[in-house]
Order: sequence, then structure tokens, then C-alpha cells
Amino acid sequence: MKILVPVKRVVDYNVKVRVKADQSGVELANVKMAMNPFDEIAIEEAVRLKEAGVASEVVAVSCGVPACQETLRAALAIGADRAVLVTSVVELQPLAVAKILKAIVEKEAPSLVILGKQAIDDDANQVGQMLAALLDWPQATFASKVEASDGQVRVTREIDGGLETLAMPLPAVITTDLRLNEPRYATLPNIMKAKKKPLETVAGESLGVDLAPRLTTLKVVEPPSRKAGILVADVAQLVDKLKNEAQVL
Amino acid sequence: MTREVMDYDVVIVGAGPSGLSTAIRLKQLAADEGAEISVCVVEKGSEVGAHILSGAVIETRALDELLPDWQALGAPLNTPVVEDRFLLLSESGARKLPTPPQMHNEGNYIVSLGNVVRWLGEQAEALGVEIYPGFAAAELLVEDGIVRGVATGDMGVTREGEPGPNHQPGIELRAPHTVFAEGCRGSLSQSLMARFQLRVDSDPQTYGLGIKELWEVDPSVHRPGLTLHTIGWPLRADTYGGSFLYHLENHQVAVGFVVGLDYANPHLSPFEEFQRFKTHPAIRGVFEQGRRISYGARALNEGGFQSLPKLVFPGGMLVGDAAGFLNVPKIKGTHMAMKSGIVAAEALHAHRAGQGGSVVAGYPERLRQSWLWDELRGVRNIRPSFRWGLWGGLAYSALDTYVLRGRAPWTLRNHADHTALKPASACRPIDYPKPDGKISFDRLSSVFISATNHAEDQPCHLRLKDEALPMSVNRALFDAPEQRYCPAGVYEIVEDAGAARLQINAQNCLHCKTCDIKDPRQNITWTPPEGGGGPNYPNM
Ligand SMILES: Cc1cc2nc3c(=O)[nH]c(=O)nc-3n(C[C@H](O)[C@H](O)[C@H](O)COP(=O)(O)OP(=O)(O)OC[C@H]3O[C@@H](n4cnc5c(N)ncnc54)[C@H](O)[C@@H]3O)c2cc1C
Repeated sequence: MKILVPVKRVVDYNVKVRVKADQSGVELANVKMAMNPFDEIAIEEAVRLKEAGVASEVVAVSCGVPACQETLRAALAIGADRAVLVTSVVELQPLAVAKILKAIVEKEAPSLVILGKQAIDDDANQVGQMLAALLDWPQATFASKVEASDGQVRVTREIDGGLETLAMPLPAVITTDLRLNEPRYATLPNIMKAKKKPLETVAGESLGVDLAPRLTTLKVVEPPSRKAGILVADVAQLVDKLKNEAQVL
Repeated sequence: MTREVMDYDVVIVGAGPSGLSTAIRLKQLAADEGAEISVCVVEKGSEVGAHILSGAVIETRALDELLPDWQALGAPLNTPVVEDRFLLLSESGARKLPTPPQMHNEGNYIVSLGNVVRWLGEQAEALGVEIYPGFAAAELLVEDGIVRGVATGDMGVTREGEPGPNHQPGIELRAPHTVFAEGCRGSLSQSLMARFQLRVDSDPQTYGLGIKELWEVDPSVHRPGLTLHTIGWPLRADTYGGSFLYHLENHQVAVGFVVGLDYANPHLSPFEEFQRFKTHPAIRGVFEQGRRISYGARALNEGGFQSLPKLVFPGGMLVGDAAGFLNVPKIKGTHMAMKSGIVAAEALHAHRAGQGGSVVAGYPERLRQSWLWDELRGVRNIRPSFRWGLWGGLAYSALDTYVLRGRAPWTLRNHADHTALKPASACRPIDYPKPDGKISFDRLSSVFISATNHAEDQPCHLRLKDEALPMSVNRALFDAPEQRYCPAGVYEIVEDAGAARLQINAQNCLHCKTCDIKDPRQNITWTPPEGGGGPNYPNM
């Protein structure tokens, strides 16, 4: 069985993001980029399924600027077999990405698509669900455990107050939660081998899908800075402040 | 556990200006002859440039030699210097001084060295150099007295030093020649100096600590191409140091402060001196409507010519700031680092063609014939003359520069920085103003914007040789100076059940190396943490 894993290039989680001076978006110039952590978990899971003999091939796909190649190389270093880059000159919003992925699924015919539940830049949490709907495939989101065996996949999900286990026939869509696994370190020899694995580039415009953005960003602003706390002398002063300053009593 | 081995013709430790220049020149020379050479560069930062912090105004002399068509290749040198200013500050005043010749910057460029290095990395990769960021060279491979390469550190080791669930052993990178390009106070370079006695004929190396911030300023105060240097306030005349302020492109200003690590007063805090400097009436206007976007710190070499170690030893060589080629009066090391890398590559290339054994003796020989040597020799007495204080140093420097023209028949000696501290009780306490949160800041909010991260579960990479000294010597005699010289708040004295102890917040470490240099008993050893850890500098 073939597994397709979409991966997104995002601002590295260590970077403190900053709003551009003109409030048109987040500053990306000179900022370190990396693979979306949930997608790393998705790749790791797919590679583990391959190592367990369940999957036969893992294909990573990314949509966006040419620099997404680096993200795909990182996926190949973890253990994906080959990669597809879908380039686009327009900004890609979740629906456009889902449509691109549908086109790639139709071409590659995987039995399973594993995606991150959301990307840490826009936190949209939409692509997996949209893709399942467009393909009319069953989906299990926020997976914390995945077991696949002949034509079926069992997915455990963390829900309020407990665990839920779903069984789905293949083909299916899964999105990963944080606790699904802890991705391995890419080793130096594997990074070297990844440079030689096949990476195909497809122009997004050639897929015949509508990539036009549907949403317009009006403005982006920093959250208001928190005021420093104060030390109160005694309970009476605390009550007074809660009443008269915070006005919560 | 056995480690995987990868073999190369040349292994280079550190993807800074020196290491990448070595790599590029090696590939160029091989290509000229239609020959093959395999070159591998390891870099402890998460990406090339992530650990690069510099001013920086750079001279293009070495770049012109290495890649003469750098402009066409898109090198990020976009802001030529248009004006140099030099100020002597007092607490509320500022006097213009004539700019000394070493600080004239016609023809030089204001750059982000991080971006220049990223670009150099692309040039190197295009020539077939293999660069591996995210891997620290943690161990020397020495057999029969010859360096055979380096090993990268293990990944996924727990705090207690045990292999964790994702443990990956390091890799041995083996080569007939290893080039150490770790920059100032390299951790493996330090071991090499001890092991091969590379410092027996030289003065101790001396250092400064450079702390830097990047600001986005109001367009009305932005003067692209302007450089400003100051001396004087807030430092006293007995302390060597000063500031730099460079106006880059895109409304950005790089501002930094360098303090000579031979300062004597353990109450001194380079970080707080820097914060205070920015509030000077002649300076603060630049920042008033701006916002700070990055922060970092890095030690730099100040020992110069008389502190150069032996540059070659069996199986390896030192290039760039790992050796110490920095021109202190110019505060420029990039062109020297690049030149030393170029010369090292040329010597190594010639050496490989012959059958010269494991020591590339041609490298120091060629270096002595190059402009680098004359440049460094000519300014050798300027920095040491500041032992006579700011006024004595300025007077001597003027004499040395204008009258003797660098040809004094004597050489002033250097002394190790860690010996310079006087007991706290014998020194004047310093009362630093509280940060205002607009122009001046505290350490933690500063480290926050350096995007520093270290995997939490790993052994502490700052090692104490003797666990007792932080209290019995550092605290008792010097009032725990590591709390103040560390620009990242790594060292903290905390009270535990009535007993004070030193807490090391290693995850904040900016890899500046100051603790390794300044600890009065040389009790702290800086070792590389898990690869990829440390700051994630943008364009510093
Ligand atoms: C505050 C400040 C201001 C400066 N201003 C200027 C200026 O205006 N103009 C100028 O020309 N010069 C300036 N310099 C000096 C200049 O930055 C240095 O001379 C130059 O960067 C030296 O280059 P390098 O390649 O030798 O070392 P570095 O630039 O320090 O690069 C060394 C690289 O090696 C990596 N490394 C180290 N150890 C290991 C290891 N064990 N394993 C893997 N990787 C490792 C580091 O992460 C780093 O990327 C300044 C320096 C400072 C600190």
C-alpha cells in the first residue's frame, strides 16, 4: 500500500514571529523556516508503517514556493521514498491546497493520506477534512494511534474525557495529533541519501484546479502586551483592587 | 555502540566565513584541474547562518579574490558605507573625534554577516560541497598522534547521560585533513591547542564580548550607509570597549557594544553597560520610535598577532577566528577569516599534489607572504596599549599609527583575561539603572528574541571541572561574576533551603563562549550541546 504525506513549510517553532511594520502579514524575510511539526509526525508514522511491512511506499508532497524543496528533503531524510513539489505563484489557501492534493491523489492512487492536523502558522485545521470531503473518503482526525491491517485502519483519537477508536475501510484520510509519535532524528547519512532521492516538480497551474484565494487578509496585529503584575500587601488590598481596578467583584 | 563512518578528502568544522571560503577554494582549485575532491562541512547551528553574529562592516578584499563576480552572483552586499562618525561620550555629552585611519570605511559595505554566510553556503553547495547544519563536531578522532577527523555528537541523550528512546549515535567523519573553522574560542580548537601544544610560542589569546541588537527604526532617523562608533561613557577609562551602530537596508540598524574581557571589576556587567549606552542623549533618538527585532552575543578575539597559535599539526589546521586573525583597531575579522581560508585551501591543494605527509607546512608559509600577515603585524601594539587606560591607549595608538606606522621595534605582550579580575571587595560596586522596556531591556526578554532553543532532555553542556568552586571561589571572592558577564542569564545564584548554589540555565546559552574565557579559575568548559541547539539568529 502506498501512503501520501503532505508537508508544509512554515516559520520554525523556535522563532518569535513578528508582524510586518505595514500590518500586511507576518515577517518572513530572514526568518528560519522548517517543516510543520504535525507533518513531521505524519511522515514518521508513514515511515513506521513502511518499516512494519504494512506500507510499500511513502510519497511526500508539498505545495508552494521552490524553497519547499528543503522541506521535502527533510521528509526524505526521515524516510519517505520520493517527493512531489507542486509550485504555485499565488498564495495557497486551505481549499486550494486540498484541491491540489486531490489531483495528486488521483494521479498517485495512495491507499492512505496522512496529514498534520493543522499547520502552526495559520492554525487553520482544514486541509485534511476538506481533502476527505473532496475525495469522498472516510476520515479520522487528531489521531493518537494508528493500526493498519488488510484493507482497514483503526485510529484512536483523543477526545474530551477519553479515547475514541474508529475503524475505517481504505482508502482513507488521517490527520495526526501531537502524541501520535515522537519523530526520529534525521541522521547524517540519511540526509546525504535524501539529496539523491527523486523529487518531481509539478506546476500547480497545470493541474486544472482553481487555486484562486477566497479570503482577503485585512490586517494582522500583535496581541496586546500583558501588563506587569503587582505585589499586593494584604488581602484587603487584593479585594480592593479586584473590586475597583479589575472590577471583577 | 559502533558509529557509522563517512570518508572525505577534507572535513571542515564550522560553516562561517573561514570554513566556507576554504571549502569553496578547494572545489575551485580541483575544478580548474578537472579533478575531484570531496569536502564536507559540519555546522552546529540549525541552519547555515543561525549562529553567525557580527557587526558588520566588511572589506571585500578577500571576497574579491575568492569570487570576483560576487555582485553578479547576488551577494547580499547592498549598503556601501557613505559616512563614518566617531564620538567620545561623557555622561550627557558627545564630542566628535577625528576618525582613525583604521576606521575609515570607504569602499566597505554594511552587511548582515548571517546573510552573507548563507549566500556563501549556497555558492559552496553549487560547487558540490556537502554542508550539514544541525550537527556539532563534538569529538576529535586522534590516532597515532594524527587527527583523522571528527565525530558528531550523539542525539537523543537524556539529562542523566543515558540513551533516550530516540537515541542516535554520532557519525565519524574521517579525512586525511580536517580544517577547524569554529570561530572565536572553538571548543575542539581549545582541545587541539592543549593536545598539540599550539600555544607554546605565543602570548595568551585575549578576547572581547560583543553584544548586539537589531532594530527596525523610524524612517526619519534612518541613514543607510552611516557608521557610528563611540568610546567613553558608560565605561570608565580603565575598561576597554565601545559601541558600534550601523545603518543597514530596510530601515534596520545594527547596534552593538564590545567590552574587553580583561576588565578587572567583577561588578561590571557588559549587558547592562550596553543597555545603558543606548539611553545616551546622543544615541537614544535612533531607537525612540523603533522596535527591537533580534538580540545576541558572541566573543571576539583581541589578542592579534602576538597571540597567534601554531596553525598546523598532524592531520589538521586552524583557520579564521579559531586561530585568531582579527584586526582589532578595525574591529574586522571577516576579510581575515576568508583570506586565511583561501590560503589554507591553496596550501592544502598543493600539499595533496605532492606527498607531504600529515602536516600542511605550506599554510603558515604562504600566510606569511600574504597581505593578511602584514596587516595583522602592523596593528599588533594598539590593543595591548589600552592597558594604560583609554587616554594612554589613544595616545599610544596615535603615535603607533601616525609616527611609527606599525613598525615599532617592540611588541607589547598580552595577558590571559581570566587572570584580570580583582576581588569584589576591592572594587567599586556599580549601580545599573532598571530597564525601561522601550530602549533598554532585561536579559530574559532579550534572549527570548534570539530564538534560542536547546532540546530539554540532554546533559548540561556547560561543564564544571570542580563543583565546589562556584561557591568557594567565584562567590566568595568575586561575588559570582558569571551572573553578570553572561549575556543570557545562564548563571544564577539561587537559595535552596537556606543554602546558596549556582544554577546553570543551559537552555538559554547563546554560544558566545564568555564563561569558558572569563571564569577566574577556568572551571567552566563550554562543550557543544545537541546539534541544532542554540540561537536561531535571523540576519545577525
Ligand atoms: C560583535 C561583533 C562585531 C563584529 N564586527 C565585525 C565587523 O564589523 N566587520 C568584520 O569584518 N568582522 C567583524 N567581527 C568579526 C567577524 O564576525 C569574525 O571575524 C568572523 O565571523 C570570523 O569568521 P569564522 O569563520 O572564523 O568564525 P565564525 O563566524 O564564528 O563561524 C564559526 C562557525 O562554526 C560553527 N561551529 C563552531 N564550533 C563548531 C563545532 N564544534 N561543530 C560544528 N560547528 C561549529 C559556528 O556555529 C559558526 O557558524 C565582529 C565580531 C563580533 C562578535
